[in-house]
Amino acid sequence: MDVKKAERTVMDAQEINRALTRVAHEISERSRGVANVALVGIRSGGVHLANRLVARLKEIEGTTVPVGTLDITLYRDDLNARKEQPVLRKTEIPFDITDLKIILVDDVLFTGRTIRAAMDGLMDLGRPAEIQLAVLVDRGHRQLPIKATYVGKNLPTALEETVEVFLDETGGPDRVAILS
Amino acid sequence: MSLKRKDLLGIQDMSVEEITLVLETAESFKEVSGRDIKKVPTLRGKTVVNLFFEPSTRTRTSFELAAKRLSADVINFAVSASSVSKGETLLDTARNIEAMQADFIVLRHPMAGAPNILAKLLRASIVNAGDGGHEHPTQALLDLYTLREKKREFKGLRLAIVGDIAHSRVARSNIYALTKLGAEVRVIGPPTMMPLEVERLGVKVFYDLDEGLRGVDVIMMLRLQLERQGIALFPSIREYSRLYCLTPERVKLAAPDALVMHPGPINRGVEIAPEVADSVSSVILDQVTNGVAVRMAVLYLLSGGK
Repeated sequence: MDVKKAERTVMDAQEINRALTRVAHEISERSRGVANVALVGIRSGGVHLANRLVARLKEIEGTTVPVGTLDITLYRDDLNARKEQPVLRKTEIPFDITDLKIILVDDVLFTGRTIRAAMDGLMDLGRPAEIQLAVLVDRGHRQLPIKATYVGKNLPTALEETVEVFLDETGGPDRVAILS
Repeated sequence: MSLKRKDLLGIQDMSVEEITLVLETAESFKEVSGRDIKKVPTLRGKTVVNLFFEPSTRTRTSFELAAKRLSADVINFAVSASSVSKGETLLDTARNIEAMQADFIVLRHPMAGAPNILAKLLRASIVNAGDGGHEHPTQALLDLYTLREKKREFKGLRLAIVGDIAHSRVARSNIYALTKLGAEVRVIGPPTMMPLEVERLGVKVFYDLDEGLRGVDVIMMLRLQLERQGIALFPSIREYSRLYCLTPERVKLAAPDALVMHPGPINRGVEIAPEVADSVSSVILDQVTNGVAVRMAVLYLLSGGK
């Protein structure tokens, strides 16, 4: 039975826009510029957000920071429990991450399991000087001791609700919604 | 999405979508093989047993590397040193391996259909690594991967498979795969090495190498199975080589950017001239590299199909 879930918008395009601008400023403030900073978007929700942050950082700092894409499928902790293997996509990080400050970017921070997998995946690619985490939405309910460095919006949710991020790049329009 | 099957037994019963899924998944694994740390934790705690009843270095090593790069544990079951020489049947051997909680059995066997029997009777995933003259699906998949990397499209691609078509499981698996994908396949070889009614597989038959090579985009050479030459299929190796050896002059008959492939091991100077094997059009070593990525993809996709 596939009942259409009720959708409640919690962030509109302008709020997403402002949140990303603030996060970009926080990134440049925390690192005093963007030297040695690189962004890595987690597939698939983090990829477009990482690209948007790169554009914002360019406006603020005048330099284009390197950006890559990480697929965490091979590092998931639920591969044995699933009926079907998830579709594997490519990790594309066209620079050496060793000694860089890597900022992982994802859309929603939930249990923390994705971030654990992403950190393990990154460590297999090199030895970054530091890993930070930027998310558009932190919805709580962590199952691992993981905390975001930059948060677009803290969003209290019930466990059974679903948080969905829609972006223009994937059909949009830009909004964050809670489905319940 | 997974391969919705427990085993990989042959190309014949695979759909175009399944073949494409394997090839696309293999792209990610090729990236893993290019890293400094060539290992991902995906199949941690799984056991892969290589059960080889025929000698093989390349295929066995390739499967072993594939499994190890996925963090699986690998056991190589060498037949000469095993209880098979004491009279144990294939099924008993396999059941014993399964009793040790093997998740995958990679089987090479001289009898066509041996993997199908194990697949029916065992819980472990069976991967056919060559069964008699029947199929060698992972070889065909790695050939497809290499072709796709170099030529992009299969539709309308003109290929010639040259050599002992009748005894070649590589040829059979490739014919199934390439005709499914819309390529135009020619088979070239002496009449004694041509299976009866091979045209019914959707291929064109040529007995003359020069004629068959004209205009093709890909030349797929088969190894002359010297160990089989007790069976008199042609008068001498010299005569075979004169008529069917791929020389630089013959490569010129094909399309200007034609690729030369060979599943290995190559017999230099018998079916392929050394200058051709080492030339820029040769992708023989790419095939070997891609083999590991394709086998990683197969193990990954099958592990979700239960």
